[in-house]
Amino acid sequence: MKNEGEATERPDNTAFTQQWLPAWQPILSAGIVIPGFLIIGLAFIGIGIGLFLTSQTIQVLEMDYTGIEKDSPCFRCTIQSVQNCTCEVTFSLSALFTGPVFFYYGLSNYFQNFRKYGVSKDYYQLTGDTQYFKSPRDVCSPYSYDSKNNPIVPCGAIANSMFNDTFELYQIINGTKKKVPLDGKGISWWTDYNIKYRNPLSVNGSFASAFDGTVKPINWPKAAYELDLTDPNNNGFLNQDFLVWMRRAALPQFRKLYRRITEGDYAMGLPAGNYSLTVHYNYPVLSFDGRKKLVFSNVSWMGGKNDFLGIAYLVVGSLCMVMAVVMLIVYAKFKFSEEDDA
Amino acid sequence: CSALTAYLHLRQVFVPTESGQGSLTGVDSTLFSLSLSLSLSLPVRTVVSNLPFEDLKKREQPNRRYEGNAIKTNKYRLWSFIPMNLFEQFHRMANIYFVGLAILNFVPVVNAFQPEVALIPICVILALTTVKDGWEDFRRYQTDQQLNNTPCFIFNRKQMCFMERRWKDVRVGDFVRVLSNEIIPADILLLHTSDPDGVCHMETANLDGETSLKQRKVVPGFSTLVRALSVVCENPNNNLNLFKGYVERPDKRRTGFGIDSLLLRGCTVRNTDDAAGIVVYAGHETKSMLNNSGPRYKRSKIERKMNTDVLFCVVLLFFMCLIGALGTVQGTSLSIIQDALHADNGNYIPSVLAGFYMFFTMIILLQVMIPVSLYVSIELVKMVQIFFITQDVELYDEELDSRVQCRALNITEDLGQIQYIFSDKTGTLTENKMVFRRCSIMGTEYCHEENGAVGEFVSPYFLKQETVVVPDRKLMLEVDRQMASIQTGPYLDFFLALAICNTVLVSSVKTLADPFSTDEDESDGFHSSNVSDATGQKGISSERKVKSSPSGSEEVCYEAHSPDEAALIHAAKAYGFSMVERTPHYVTVKLPNEALLKFEVLDILTFDSTRRRMSIIVRHPHTKEITMYTKGADSAVMERLGNVFSVPVKTQKDLDMYARNGLRTLCFAKKVEVLEQEFRAWSAVRQEALSAMDEKEERLMETANFIESNFNLLGATGIEDRLQESVPETILALRRAGMQLWVLTGDKPETAINIAYSCKLLEHEDLFLYTNAVSVICQSVCKMRLEDTLGELRRSTLAPGADHQFRGYNSAFTGPLMEPSIGLVIDGPTLSMAMSDELVEQFVELCKHCRAVLCCRVTPLQKSAVVKLIRQKLRVMTLAVGDGANDVNMIQAADVGIGVSGQEGMQAVMASDFAITRFKHLQRLLLVHGHWCYSRLANMVIYFFYKNVAYVNLLFWYQFFCGFSATAMIDYWLMIFFNLFFTSAPPIMFGIMDKEVSDSTLLSLPELYKRGQHSEGYRRSTFWIAILDAFYQSLVCFFIPYWTYNGSDIGIFAFGTPMNTVSLFTIILHLAIEIKSWVSLLSASSLHKTMTKTSLSLLINI
Repeated sequence: MKNEGEATERPDNTAFTQQWLPAWQPILSAGIVIPGFLIIGLAFIGIGIGLFLTSQTIQVLEMDYTGIEKDSPCFRCTIQSVQNCTCEVTFSLSALFTGPVFFYYGLSNYFQNFRKYGVSKDYYQLTGDTQYFKSPRDVCSPYSYDSKNNPIVPCGAIANSMFNDTFELYQIINGTKKKVPLDGKGISWWTDYNIKYRNPLSVNGSFASAFDGTVKPINWPKAAYELDLTDPNNNGFLNQDFLVWMRRAALPQFRKLYRRITEGDYAMGLPAGNYSLTVHYNYPVLSFDGRKKLVFSNVSWMGGKNDFLGIAYLVVGSLCMVMAVVMLIVYAKFKFSEEDDA
Repeated sequence: CSALTAYLHLRQVFVPTESGQGSLTGVDSTLFSLSLSLSLSLPVRTVVSNLPFEDLKKREQPNRRYEGNAIKTNKYRLWSFIPMNLFEQFHRMANIYFVGLAILNFVPVVNAFQPEVALIPICVILALTTVKDGWEDFRRYQTDQQLNNTPCFIFNRKQMCFMERRWKDVRVGDFVRVLSNEIIPADILLLHTSDPDGVCHMETANLDGETSLKQRKVVPGFSTLVRALSVVCENPNNNLNLFKGYVERPDKRRTGFGIDSLLLRGCTVRNTDDAAGIVVYAGHETKSMLNNSGPRYKRSKIERKMNTDVLFCVVLLFFMCLIGALGTVQGTSLSIIQDALHADNGNYIPSVLAGFYMFFTMIILLQVMIPVSLYVSIELVKMVQIFFITQDVELYDEELDSRVQCRALNITEDLGQIQYIFSDKTGTLTENKMVFRRCSIMGTEYCHEENGAVGEFVSPYFLKQETVVVPDRKLMLEVDRQMASIQTGPYLDFFLALAICNTVLVSSVKTLADPFSTDEDESDGFHSSNVSDATGQKGISSERKVKSSPSGSEEVCYEAHSPDEAALIHAAKAYGFSMVERTPHYVTVKLPNEALLKFEVLDILTFDSTRRRMSIIVRHPHTKEITMYTKGADSAVMERLGNVFSVPVKTQKDLDMYARNGLRTLCFAKKVEVLEQEFRAWSAVRQEALSAMDEKEERLMETANFIESNFNLLGATGIEDRLQESVPETILALRRAGMQLWVLTGDKPETAINIAYSCKLLEHEDLFLYTNAVSVICQSVCKMRLEDTLGELRRSTLAPGADHQFRGYNSAFTGPLMEPSIGLVIDGPTLSMAMSDELVEQFVELCKHCRAVLCCRVTPLQKSAVVKLIRQKLRVMTLAVGDGANDVNMIQAADVGIGVSGQEGMQAVMASDFAITRFKHLQRLLLVHGHWCYSRLANMVIYFFYKNVAYVNLLFWYQFFCGFSATAMIDYWLMIFFNLFFTSAPPIMFGIMDKEVSDSTLLSLPELYKRGQHSEGYRRSTFWIAILDAFYQSLVCFFIPYWTYNGSDIGIFAFGTPMNTVSLFTIILHLAIEIKSWVSLLSASSLHKTMTKTSLSLLINI
């Protein structure tokens, strides 16, 4: 507080203390704003056209197979009592469906993003920590233990509700069915497969015995160690379908990658012709008014088919152009009177 | 040598004849009898000397109940710092809210995401504040330690001398000696000084900034005391000007004393080799500590408004959560997970209850809506704003070497919203450097033309020499004639009165022995550097201690309490009547013929604001007759004149003329031949009054009024008070900025009106309403006049309106001038009538129409009443500016109080929120800094609301697509740290550095100020527009990704994190649009934040 000796109270006369720091004060004059709007508008329209045209080249084939209508092929499977129901969906392609073709299953009105659903899994189990096999974490409740109080592995609502319809695709050539090979490798996220999920270590060389003392999720037909007995790298928690399911969808209408068609005669895509899809119909969706569908799609640099983005860019770009024109008119009208004043 | 004699002297006095136990009983019985004999209504403190009890244990000390001298101003102790500080912080509603939220996270049914993470923001905020408080407290602790360990001298009985001890060792009842230029360690009752007259000089600059010396007297008759004495005085209080009590001797004789025997802690002893006394108050009970109230906290207008808007946000949050809860109750038909939703450990939860729980979960999800960092950010921004204000070179006063001071820390932006300014006149608009201009003696007017001419053309550098008066030739002749012939007469009496009827102290070179005052030949710079002064008040001392012209070998330096006195005494000196010495009992005057007259001073009746006059009673050295000289305000003297001749009439005429010319007037009178017996009788009554504890003031007043009557008028003086530089320009600018200016002064209407004209407050073409107590006798008349004026006013406001339309196109230029410019002049008595309950509405109505209001002859209380009235009735932002103690009330009553550190001490500055040195600084302070602070803060607050709403709504919209389950599509950490890390620095930098308009533009176009006045930067509508904008932006940010990704195989975080990033870019870009000037620092901070954010998002996305 006190002034020491000769020290003067005079404030420092620097640019900072006097608030004279060099500053750029943009003045939004017509000469900047109108060209600015024009450039933004043009850029957006360019991007929009690019996106829209790309989107147009992407082929998508969607088929609802829920079986609501009486005449639909899967209607009989919607009856609860029917077990191990199989139905057949046919479709025909008039032109080559360019490969690589991605084969999705889609669900609607399915809230995988529901919070309590989302937290209902045990990370420790899924990283292969057998300690948690015996006592799943509480978040899994009520899917932690079965009625006999055996711990469920993998526990929780997400695992329990895993999508379990399976599909086989046939091309019908002259009345005979030719199986289209479906590639199930590498359909999950790399990080999920390599980092996030780990299988438990085998006990005495047997992978199944790592799961001793646990039971499979209630809705599952078979245990986790039986998901793919043919390929040990695709079994247990590292099963690709399981990993795809465990990565929750963001929105209630979603699709998940089922297989890719990349092999054999179909590496170039699905040629024109008739096809038949055999559906092993297991997954109930009518109880919550859901829908199931099959989607074939190919992709481009912008991902899957999406007209909206291109249109949105076009609209915004056009609006910018219109604004630029309006401002130009306003400017032209009032500019001269301003100059008169000056 | 002198120290030694003092020591011997004290040894005789203080050492009790008996020792130890013996004297203890004696004193105890004395105490006992004292407590019986006390018939006082006030609680008192009895202090006895510690010396007889030195060997006793602590709990047997008689003064043990009184506080020691060690001070502790730090709030916290080491062990209790954390809990105490947290307790303090939880006085703030916002903190409670955020802690409540954090606790809510731990309630199981709410199913929070990661309760631990939710604690982080509030912990960081609390920790930051704690660190800040802790550091400040530590600084206080260090200062305390430094003070407590300052050495001082305490009398020790064993060693029989004064021993060096520390301040903290001083106890009540100790005898302490203070040497010249030392700081006084505690409140000490002065018992001895080295001065033969028993006076001691004290500089109170540390206390109130006044650098003039104050005289203190020893308690009389103490040297006869041989045994332990006991002092009875008031309990500690913070009144610096009031202290009373008595010393009782063992024989029950009492000697009264007052404030003029008390040395105050923190003051410095000057011009006295040493002084000693008994400590009566120590440590926190000293008057200076009790007066130390620290910085003041006011709540600014923006902050008040902001708090309601925070409430709006809470309401909005509530509605959003309610929608979420209702959505849950409505339920989704999710059979596959229904059991997971509605069951908790197997128990089925009804959907209503689930909805109820969901409400709280939603609160946690959307908590970011309430900006947790807003309050901390505002504090930070204001701190820097204050820094910038104090750093402004333009507001620095070269002459006084002082900057603008910001004493209130949180109302910077109020400076940008002022609508009414209430100003004091003297010292605020004017220099308060008085120049003797004219005088009227025995009805003859002497105009001192030469003097006036000098005054007109002096350059500012010579301003301080204004007190040198050029004598009027005619008057000089007259004086010489009387001097030569009769040696007595009204002229001589007049100048004698001028010379001795004051409280000016004389310090001449030969009596001053310490470095403090030997620098008379040095420049002022040396002077100021010596005077250590906390408040930048230096230089004033040199201002007032005007060196007299070296007429003889001896140089005399006057130290006056008020500039008026200095002007008068210099005027007397110019005519050869110079006071050369003043002691408590004598005052010596040198006459024009070099003869010395040594008057015996019998009594001095000091000036007070009720009597408005002061008197000195002296015994003439030759005639031995008792004479009283009085000076005072004209009304205060005129009403007490004895025999009325033509003199008063003529003088009154002159007085009126002086007032018209804007001079301050004083009357001088003399009362001769007070009879010896009469005086003795009066003196006895007076002494009794002086030592009274009850109703002391009233009794003193009574005695003063008794003797102050039947005067003979000598004459009157006119003193000019020059206007400060660029006052008219400042007033013009402030008025152009839309501020209403009121001047409240204690001066006479004539003087005030003149000043008002000269500072362009009133224009000559203005309509001019004048009401004074003479024309308004009673309330009904007052009412009638008010109504008349109002009616007239309404008519006149209508007329220009019609005119305005008629003129059509040109009105754009003449429009503002067409407003009726009405000046209202009202005096104190009328004002109190106008402010009575029945008339107050009309008065306020009238004032609203007036361009300028001038209140004359108002008391300090009325000043504050006016401010309060306008503030409450018109709901406007008020600013009061003043410099004197009489403005303190007004300064405290206004929204913003500004003190002008001028000639009248520092009370006004102490009470103010901001302290400036010149009136003209007001222009820059308000128009530039006020505007900047306001627009910066307003924009920042709005932006804070905007950014939080824009961000939180993304989460809200998502709830419609996740079954109202309170899912966050972004990582919880990102959400929680949104306020704290991702969007904190840019808006703070924005609030600190953005410059809407440059200062030169603001100064040249004061009209720009109106934006702040009408709160255009931050209104309710601004707030809602920002909220709507935020809603719109969040809709865009949410639904474009939504429609892009709907039906695709996108995962939750893959969907949410880019959306989050996009939203953040939008929010930063929005700020970029808001920023009016791009300083490199600002853009760097924005850029940095965006980069961090993007990289973080990318990381999490994996």
